[in-house]
Amino acid sequence: MAKRAAPEVNAGSMADIAFLLLIFFLVTTTIEKDKGLLRSLPPIDDTEVEPPIIRQKNLFTVNINRNNQLLVEEKEIPISELRQAAIDFLDNGGGTNPEGESCDYCKGKRLEDSSDHPDKAIISMKHDRETTYEKYIDVQNELVAAYNFLREREAERLYKKYYPNADKVFTAMLEEKEKNQFSKDEVLNERIETVKLLFPMKLSEAEPEK
Amino acid sequence: MSKFRKKDKGGLPAISTASLPDIVFMLLFFFMVATVMRDSTLMIENRLPSADQVEKLKKDRTIFIYAGKPSDLYKQFGKEPRIQFNDAYITVEDVQSSVIQGINDLNEDLQSRVVIGLKIDKETNAGLVSDIKQELRKANALKVMYIANTKTDKL
Repeated sequence: MAKRAAPEVNAGSMADIAFLLLIFFLVTTTIEKDKGLLRSLPPIDDTEVEPPIIRQKNLFTVNINRNNQLLVEEKEIPISELRQAAIDFLDNGGGTNPEGESCDYCKGKRLEDSSDHPDKAIISMKHDRETTYEKYIDVQNELVAAYNFLREREAERLYKKYYPNADKVFTAMLEEKEKNQFSKDEVLNERIETVKLLFPMKLSEAEPEK
Repeated sequence: MSKFRKKDKGGLPAISTASLPDIVFMLLFFFMVATVMRDSTLMIENRLPSADQVEKLKKDRTIFIYAGKPSDLYKQFGKEPRIQFNDAYITVEDVQSSVIQGINDLNEDLQSRVVIGLKIDKETNAGLVSDIKQELRKANALKVMYIANTKTDKL
């Protein structure tokens, strides 16, 4: 008997099956990209070291009370002014850093009663237990924004030549680092560190009183 | 009459749909690969605060902790904000052990670079958040990320 060809399987319904699966995955997909504010907590230190004396003028105090009101340097201000106040404080450069160098890149007013040097300037934040988290994040955001603004400015001053088309130089540098995360670029890392060191983030948080 | 009809038959040939399954399969595979199934059901209300200085999160090294009021389905737990880890409510004292366990479940070379993602409802008291942070310090997980929505610039 002659060999008979196997009858062809009807593939007409394949598309239907595939569509069904496709729609299931379409519905269940959530392409989410979480973003947020990255902060480091201080490690627990049990050693009894006497805390270094910080002069009042190098300390920028931010208090939030239980009614979400903001007290900055003993004055009540709206949150919209916090960013500029923090920038003015950090950028003041009225004196010298611990090594005795004065801040030659600061563009502040160099007031006597504000911070000496970005190295010494500390922002101290304190909140009540009943402050809402939303307000807390708002304040954190403004303070981080102040640092980012100043770092952006310095990055632009130092490295604009390498990124002539970038709108924000520091952001462009960080993006490049992100892109090349599998091939380490020492020069780029060093530049980012340089910018960060010009305005080191010294943001301390006091524990709320019980 | 029949002469005319015969001419009509030579109209447009039907479009072949043979490649349709291929196209659909291509889309299907894309979505299968891109899909991330939600790994824990939220038992709390979770409306995140918004911020504009946000950074991206690396998901492979992140442990999430949620906090907020119990959602409508879990009303029996009261109105006080609760902490959720994976699929259960935990107390503040349990945060440390849960986080240490979470770190141990991570890929070994990422363990030292672990980030704690805090997804906290914006109505929560900041006191609870600082309690969580205190526990994280005890667990020596010092990198935290306050997950927030991106705020559109208000100009």
